[in-house]
Amino acid sequence: MKILIVDDFSTMRRIIKNLLRELGFNNTQEADDGKTALPILQANEFDFLVTDWNMPGMTGIELLKAVRADAKLSSLPVLMVTAEQKRDQIVEAAQAGVNGYIVKPFTAATLKEKIDKIFERLESA
Amino acid sequence: MSDSKSVINDTTLGRAHELIDSIESGDESSARAIMDEIASMREMDLFCEMGKLTRELHDSLNNFKLDSKMAGLAETEIPDAKERLNHVISMTEEAAEKTLNAVEDAIPLSDDIKASSLELQSRWDKFKNRKLTADEFRELSRDLDEFFPKISEGTVVLHERLNDILMAQGFQDLTGQIIRTVITLVHDVEEGLVDLIKMSGGAQAKAEESSKKGNDNVRDIVAEGPVVPGVAHASETVDGQDDVDDLLSSLGF
Repeated sequence: MKILIVDDFSTMRRIIKNLLRELGFNNTQEADDGKTALPILQANEFDFLVTDWNMPGMTGIELLKAVRADAKLSSLPVLMVTAEQKRDQIVEAAQAGVNGYIVKPFTAATLKEKIDKIFERLESA
Repeated sequence: MSDSKSVINDTTLGRAHELIDSIESGDESSARAIMDEIASMREMDLFCEMGKLTRELHDSLNNFKLDSKMAGLAETEIPDAKERLNHVISMTEEAAEKTLNAVEDAIPLSDDIKASSLELQSRWDKFKNRKLTADEFRELSRDLDEFFPKISEGTVVLHERLNDILMAQGFQDLTGQIIRTVITLVHDVEEGLVDLIKMSGGAQAKAEESSKKGNDNVRDIVAEGPVVPGVAHASETVDGQDDVDDLLSSLGF
């Protein structure tokens, strides 16, 4: 399981990386915004994308839309971990095809629950 | 500012000569009349100048009122920024407290494990050197039985505390986002003040400025950063992860 973590704050990337390792996901890579993440996703075989929303350059929602629009990446599961919590925004992310949405600050348990749920749903689909 | 008229001119020079003449000739009344005349000339200039200044001040104030950006900044954005910065203080305080609590839990625990293992090791060394009696060995064996579960339980707690410290660091991202919005605000205020200075200096670049502002109304869904208590509108935002889950499930998730 290869996971890309996208957040402009390196502290948050490290937190997520450590939590994922705790959950048994050791193969992670990092990017600091959508612009750097997209070519990494296109050039590699990732199984999962965890992204923030509010980032300079290319935001998480733009990255999500770009991923869904890319033939090779369109079915990549995407989990958004963000401080954005306007209803409009959550609806927007859902419509853009997000697989899970976690608001910051979050707990290790929430992260595990959402990841489990995403894979459960993908397996049953 | 207009150039105030110079007092050095032919008219004032002529009056001055007349004044000297009347003083030298001892003509009290004409000396007084000329002095009054000179004073009133001076006052006229002063009144004109004040009139101009008043007009400029009036225009500047009107322009300032027209500049809704500045008004908005002063009325809502600045108080919001104070709320945001206060929220940053409480978030950093909370994170520091969580971290310190975890450290204060973890240190005695690791000290305890270290002390027990050192003490057991010295007895174990005695045993290997055959300096332990049978009774002492039985006691050592019992203490070791107690020690092993204590290590595994202790390290589980240590791991939890380290995770608490890890999660507490999330404040850096959240406060960073909030501080960024305040930096943007400070920048806007700076620009507003520069505009204001330009206006009061008589520059009139405001026509195109205000036409530019009219386009800001198109609202897209953009990133807004973390919700700050007292700043966000409760109806527009969700309240925590459960609310997010409810909203998503209502959308068929």
